[in-house]
Amino acid sequence: MDAAAQSHFTGKEAGHAVEKRPWIFTRPTAKTGIVSWLTTVDHKRVGIMYGISALLFFLVGGIEALIIRIQLAVPNNTFISHQFYNEMFTMHATTMIFLAVMPLSAAFFNYIMPLQIGARDVAFPRLNGFAFWVFLAGAIVLNVGWFVKSGLPDAGWFGYAPLTSTDFSNQFKADMSTDLWVMGLQILGVSSVVGSMNFIITIINMRAPGMTMMRLPVFTWMTLITAFLIILSFPAITIALVELMMDRSFGTNFFEVSNGGLPILWQHLFWVFGHPEVYILILPAMGIVSEILPTFSRKPLFGYPIIVFSGATIGFLGFGVWSHHMFTTGMGTMATAAFSLATMAIAVPTGVKMFNWIGTMWGGHLQMRTPMMFALGFVWMFLMGGLSGIMHSAAPADAQQQDSYFVVAHFHYVLIGGAVFGLLSGIHYWFPLIFGRRIGEFWGKLSFWVIFAGFNITFFPMHFLGLNGMPRRTAVYDGNMGWNDANFIATVGAFILACGIGIYFAVMLYTYFKGEKAGRDPWDGRTLEWSIPNPPPEYNFAVTPTVHARDAFWYEKHHKEEIAKEKSAHAKEDEAHGGVHMPSQSWFPLMTAIGLLIGGLFFVNHKFVGAICGGTVMFLGIYFWALEGPGGYHVHPSEDDDKSGSYGKH
Amino acid sequence: MSSHAGPIDHHHDHTTSTGIPNKKLFMWAFLASDCMFFGTLISTHLIYRLHPPPGSPDVKSIFSIELTSFSTFILLMSSLLMALAVNSLQKGQVRSTRQNLIGTIFFGLIFLACQVYEFSHFVHEKGLTLSNSIFGSTFYVLTGTHGCHVAIGVLWLVLMYIRSFKPADADQGRAWLIKGFFHLIVWGVTIVASMASMLGLVHAIQVGDGFGGFLHHHPVEFGVSILGLIVLWLLSRQEGPVDFGEANAMDVESMGLYWHFVDIVWIVIFTAVYLLEYL
Ligand SMILES: [Cu+2]
Repeated sequence: MDAAAQSHFTGKEAGHAVEKRPWIFTRPTAKTGIVSWLTTVDHKRVGIMYGISALLFFLVGGIEALIIRIQLAVPNNTFISHQFYNEMFTMHATTMIFLAVMPLSAAFFNYIMPLQIGARDVAFPRLNGFAFWVFLAGAIVLNVGWFVKSGLPDAGWFGYAPLTSTDFSNQFKADMSTDLWVMGLQILGVSSVVGSMNFIITIINMRAPGMTMMRLPVFTWMTLITAFLIILSFPAITIALVELMMDRSFGTNFFEVSNGGLPILWQHLFWVFGHPEVYILILPAMGIVSEILPTFSRKPLFGYPIIVFSGATIGFLGFGVWSHHMFTTGMGTMATAAFSLATMAIAVPTGVKMFNWIGTMWGGHLQMRTPMMFALGFVWMFLMGGLSGIMHSAAPADAQQQDSYFVVAHFHYVLIGGAVFGLLSGIHYWFPLIFGRRIGEFWGKLSFWVIFAGFNITFFPMHFLGLNGMPRRTAVYDGNMGWNDANFIATVGAFILACGIGIYFAVMLYTYFKGEKAGRDPWDGRTLEWSIPNPPPEYNFAVTPTVHARDAFWYEKHHKEEIAKEKSAHAKEDEAHGGVHMPSQSWFPLMTAIGLLIGGLFFVNHKFVGAICGGTVMFLGIYFWALEGPGGYHVHPSEDDDKSGSYGKH
Repeated sequence: MSSHAGPIDHHHDHTTSTGIPNKKLFMWAFLASDCMFFGTLISTHLIYRLHPPPGSPDVKSIFSIELTSFSTFILLMSSLLMALAVNSLQKGQVRSTRQNLIGTIFFGLIFLACQVYEFSHFVHEKGLTLSNSIFGSTFYVLTGTHGCHVAIGVLWLVLMYIRSFKPADADQGRAWLIKGFFHLIVWGVTIVASMASMLGLVHAIQVGDGFGGFLHHHPVEFGVSILGLIVLWLLSRQEGPVDFGEANAMDVESMGLYWHFVDIVWIVIFTAVYLLEYL
């Protein structure tokens, strides 16, 4: 449908004046083409851009992982240098966490969450676009080392203090790489925090009538909790990074041991962020799985309130346990015992969720579609990762496992088996909604089994490697340590995993161009996003839905009489006169982000004149942004746009 | 929507689920996040004060508590003016809002000037730098971050001030944005010049030269700032119906939330960084 043909400026009486402007302020109105994407404020387009960038970086991170695995395939390998190995494991972690999993979650937050709560858009559409462009800026800064002499960041994603001090990191090369890492993460932090505040306000304030907090879909709940975790934990790392940047660029002493600085402070600040970050990565996947299991079990989610509260409890406790990453730093027995106990406590709400998922499937009519397969994979793999996680919470055991491959196995079970499987199932689940086409079952299931097998072949042997004492972050090992076979198997597994991911991507691309048309509501869904046509029109809902129950769309489909009795036509009439209010596109989020990118890159180079120029571009962007106003126009969806049996038309 | 008749309910927004306006909620979320920022910085400072490395400077001999108390008082007063600005706009009094905004900006500038003075005084006369001690590092970064917040607040206030000149008649196009930009430049020059003047003034008072001595040493800064204020006053007279009124009270109120928060954080910093040293 061509929305542009139907939209029109309604003139002053509706509060949206038609304006004559100098060219620079002409608000873009193109609905297709490159400009429409650069200036978009539509949460669905922002979501798609997040998704595509995240998947591309997922491939980059995967290639980095393969390089690591090739190096470790045989003992005494000389495939890459130690220096490059350090760069690879640093960038692999940084890329996967900040440039793949988090933005992929953000893609779903952006695309799905507003649809689930019956909103037209997020609360601050321009800010949403800004968050994406800033994310891209941060990603560029982090990866610029591929193309310049100084090389990629090499101090580990944890950036532990002595490794990142100028003395230490400059002894191997004229070092800009750590500055790139610091700057990139700071910029990414801006993006995450700004985006999350937008999600929080959207969920709290933009819900459709009747959508109470205890009727929110679980994925939306997990979005809310994740967003709170982000806005409360990112400041800690941002300040730590600011202090590190001051140390490196202006000679302060925060982490300089020679001048009284305490490197342990870095660890505290880092993990105050770093542990909640684990839940930032996993909670969205838990939310996705909690949507998929009920849909394909043909049953409501078992124990909805409990799953919500356990999510909130996990988020809350997640803040109190950061020091379990520091059991071996000598904090003292009291602190160690306390953090040990608190960490074990997190297993309780997590275990509760596990039982909720099992309870959901119990006695249900399970439909083994591909999204369901990935969701089941999630439940199983995440259970494995969770069990080895509890082992780490016991300080004496942790002292043995610390910095060994056991830890590597554990967090890959949580982060791939958990977060990535959850996100992959989400892609399968919502693909028909977003692109209007359905991924074929055979190829989907094939990709699942190959990924599942490859993943386990790669990471299961690492448990044994770890227990046999193989340390992480070492580029080369000796041949008579007894680590050869397991390492070789793991490398073979990594390639199988890569094949699986390759199939997954190929199938996705094929489906996008040639796949079978999905038709409306292909899974017989339960939540509001399935009530609209696919792909969704730019205005989302022709008529704002009124929510009568949890699983709103399901209730709608199966309780038509009750709804007819209590429905009020009031809201519908209002909209029929005014049309649907849409926000105008804008250049300034992009301009501000470009300013930030230029400023950041020059700052890393210590070219402060250039940094000031970037800052000026950013400032001008903010200036025009602040003063151009939100704008807006009205769209009048015609009756036929929505004729295939619409929600809200009883 | 601009055409509603009757008084505006400033605390309830019927278009949101909770009745709280989006902007206000956003500001609360931002402040929650900002609490963590300052919490991290303040705890960094306190940890290093509790474990001072050998050779740490004698803090009491560096601080000049009178000046800091004065600037704290000034910042508190600016909060009062901010509250008055919100109040004025809720009553639809645009002119009085502008005056209160200028007052807030002015008091914010005095605070910033005192801080700049303090920094340069500490560096040049007390020998406390960013890099020569851990105390210097934590002190300058913490108070400097707060100073940045004040500066951002001042910038925001100026932007809001310029926003209040947007003509009600949208057919006039966006020329006002360009004019506003000129307005902004005048603001910039005035701010820099009056900051410099205030630095000179504080210095003159500290060394006992008084106002006459200040005029003698800093005639240019003083002249430019007076000139800037006159131009600003002239610019502020360009009247006509503006697209700024009660409906924008929420914008000013959320800006006020920020300003009050920065003020509260300063009270905490003043207590934790300065007053605790005198226990
Ligand atoms: Cu942890």
